[in-house]
Amino acid sequence: MPNRVRQSPDDATARPRVGLLVTCLVDLFRPAVGFAAVRLLEDAGCVVDVPAVQTCCGQPAYNGGDSGNARAIAKRTIEAFEPFDYVVAPSGSCAGMLREHYPRLFPTGAGWHGRAQALAERTHELVSFLADVLGVREVAARFEADATYHDSCSGLREMGVRGQPRRLLASVGGLTVAEMRDSDACCGFGGTFCVKYPEISTRLVDEKCAKILATGAGVLLGGDLGCLMNIAGRLARESHPVRVFHVAEVLAGTAGRGIGERGR
Amino acid sequence: MKSAAHDFPSRARAGLQNPDLVRAMARARTGFIDKRRAAVDALPEYPQLRRIAREIKEHTLQHLDYYLERFEARVREHGGHVHWASTPAEAQAIVLDVCRAAGAKRITKGKSMVGEEIALNEALEAAGFEPIETDLGEYIIQLANEPPSHIIAPAIHKTRDQIADLFHARHAQYGLHERRTEPTALVGEARTVLREKFQTADVGITGANFLVAETGSSVIVTNEGNGDLTNTLPRVHVVTAGIEKVVPTLEDMSTILRVLARNATGQEASAYTTLSSGPRRAGDLDGPGEYHVVLLDNGRSQMLGNEFHEMLRCIRCGACMNHCPVYHAVGGHAYGWVYVGPMGSVLTPLMVGLDEARDLPNACTLNGRCREVCPMEIPLSDMIRKLREREFDERLTPPRTRLGLRAWAFAARRPALYRFVTSLAMRVLGLLGRRRGRLRRLPLAGGWTGTRDLPAPAGETFMAAWAKRRVEKR
Repeated sequence: MPNRVRQSPDDATARPRVGLLVTCLVDLFRPAVGFAAVRLLEDAGCVVDVPAVQTCCGQPAYNGGDSGNARAIAKRTIEAFEPFDYVVAPSGSCAGMLREHYPRLFPTGAGWHGRAQALAERTHELVSFLADVLGVREVAARFEADATYHDSCSGLREMGVRGQPRRLLASVGGLTVAEMRDSDACCGFGGTFCVKYPEISTRLVDEKCAKILATGAGVLLGGDLGCLMNIAGRLARESHPVRVFHVAEVLAGTAGRGIGERGR
Repeated sequence: MKSAAHDFPSRARAGLQNPDLVRAMARARTGFIDKRRAAVDALPEYPQLRRIAREIKEHTLQHLDYYLERFEARVREHGGHVHWASTPAEAQAIVLDVCRAAGAKRITKGKSMVGEEIALNEALEAAGFEPIETDLGEYIIQLANEPPSHIIAPAIHKTRDQIADLFHARHAQYGLHERRTEPTALVGEARTVLREKFQTADVGITGANFLVAETGSSVIVTNEGNGDLTNTLPRVHVVTAGIEKVVPTLEDMSTILRVLARNATGQEASAYTTLSSGPRRAGDLDGPGEYHVVLLDNGRSQMLGNEFHEMLRCIRCGACMNHCPVYHAVGGHAYGWVYVGPMGSVLTPLMVGLDEARDLPNACTLNGRCREVCPMEIPLSDMIRKLREREFDERLTPPRTRLGLRAWAFAARRPALYRFVTSLAMRVLGLLGRRRGRLRRLPLAGGWTGTRDLPAPAGETFMAAWAKRRVEKR
C-alpha cells in the first residue's frame, strides 16, 4: 500500500498533492514547460512538488531492449512518486511509460508489480489531467496566433489525449487552431530512432512539416517535447518561420521564446 | 525466398531515394487508409465483429492440434491428401514430388505468401517446371523478377509507366508489340497472355486465407477470379498454407472474412471467395483430379508457446503496413523478405533469424498506429520491443549503442551524478547555442544535426531552477 504522506506546509487538507514528473527533456532543454505545468496545476488547486531524485522515466533503456536498467530506473521513480496523490507529466510519452509499461516490467504478483500498478493508476499526462480529473474547462491565457496542433503518438494512443488540449486551447484569447491533415501521424522522432535511422526519420518529419505548412499556421503546438524539438529542428533547418511551443506554455500564458528561437 | 533483411539500411536508403517509389507509395497510402476508414465506419457493429473475430482465432490457437487433425481427417474423407512440412525445404520437396508425379510441365499459381515464404517459384524453375503467377500484381513482379513489396498488393511499388515498359518488353514473344499505357489495356493484355496459360496448366497452386476444420475446405479470396481458374482447370490442385490458417467452422470463416476485406482493401467482401473441398467427385462438371494441402510450420509451432503467440492471429490483411510511416518511406523491398512493415518486423526475425533481421525491430518509432488498426489486436509494438530485448540479451545490439545505453543508464540510476553531468552539459550547450537559439552542428550528434537543428537548452536545468525557487520561497 503506497504511503501517502500529506505534509504540505500550507495546510492543504483537501487539495490534491501532485508530484511533477518533469521528464528529462523538459528538465534539460526547456524548463519553461515545467514551470508552465506547475502554474497550471497550482492554478487548478493542486499542491505541486518535484521529487529531487527523479532523472528520466527509463524509456531509452526500455525501448532499447535493456530491461534490467529500465527496471532499476522504474523502481527509483516509483519510490520517488509513491507519496503523492497523483503523478503528472507534461508528456504523453513519459506518462505512458509509467501508466502502460512500468507494471509490465515486473512479474505479476511480485511486490514491485503491485506498486507499479498502483502508481500507474495515479499517473496522468498534464493536459488530460487538467481537463478530465480536475475538470478545468478554460484558462485565462491570451496568445495571439494562428496555430495547428500535432498529436504525439504515445499521448494519443496510450493516454487518450486528443480533445482535451483542443478544448482548452479554444479558451485561449486571440488563438485559433486549424487542423492539419494526418495530425495523428508520427513525426519521426521515436526516441533514439531519430538518430539510429536519421534518413527515415527525416523523411517522416518532412512529411509532418509539409502538413503543418499547408495549414498556413504560424505556430505549431504539441504536448511532447521530443516531437516538438524534432519538428522545430527540421523547420529551422529548412528556414520555415513557424514558431513551436509546448501546449502547456500557451495554456499557462507563459509562451515567450519559441523552441529553438534566439533570445529577444 | 532468400532473406536480404540484413541489408535493411542500404535497401531503405535506396527506397527513400527512389522517386518512382515515393510517388507510388503516396498514391497507395491515401487509397488504402481512406478506403479502410470508410468501410469500417460504415459498419456500426465493427468493434463487436473485430472482437469476435479475434476470439475465434484465439480459441483456435488454444486448440490448434485438435482443429488441424480435424481438418486433415475431413480432407482425407473427401479423397484429398494432407502433407505436413516443418521447414520450407520440406514443403518445396513435397510440392515438387506432387508435380513430378503428375507429369506436369506448366504450373499456374494463385497469390500465396506461404509460396513466397518457401521460395516455391525458384524451386519449381530449378526443377524444370514453368510456374506462372496469375494474380496481376504477382504476375508483374514475376516478369520483373522482383519479390513482392506488399502482402496484398505485391507490385504496389511499380508505376504504370514501369508496367507498360515491362509488358512491352516481355509480351513481344506472344505477338503483342504495341506499348500500351491505359490500365484497362494493360489488364487486357495480361488477361490474353494468362488465358492460354490457365487452359494449358497441369498443376494449379494456391495459398489459403482459411482452412475450415468442419468441412476440410481451403478458402481463397481474390478480386480477379484468377484463383478459381487456378484451382479448377488444372488436373492437380495444391494448396500451400501455414498451420495457423485453420478455423473451426464455415460460420467462423465468414465472420473473419467480413473483417478481412474491410481491413485489407476497404471492401465489404472481396469479389471472389472460393472454397475448395477436395478433388472432383463423380458427377462434378469440373475440378481437379487430385487435391493436396501442404501445411507449413516454419517456426509457427514455436511461437505458439512463447511470448509471440499473438502474432499467429495475423490474417495477412496488410492494415499494419498501410498505416506504417516507416513502411511508406522505405517501401517493402527494404525489409528484405516476404513479410514487410510491422508484421514483417516481427515475423522475419522469428522465421529467418534475429541476427539476420536485427535492423527490422529497431527501424520502428513505436508510434502504435499499426496496433491501433490491427483487426486482430496484435500488440505489434510490444512484440517489436520484445525482439529488441532479445537482441540486447543476445548481444546483437551494436556495441556503440549498447555502450551509450549503459553509460546513460549508469547516470540515470544515480540522481546526484546525473544532475552534475547534465547541468554541466546543458550549460555548455546553452552557451554554444546562445546566439542563434539552436545548434547547427554538434560532435557525436550527427544523427540529429545532419538534417535538423538542435534547439539549444536554456542553460539552467529545471531541477536547478526549481531548487533555487524553493530556497527563495522559504
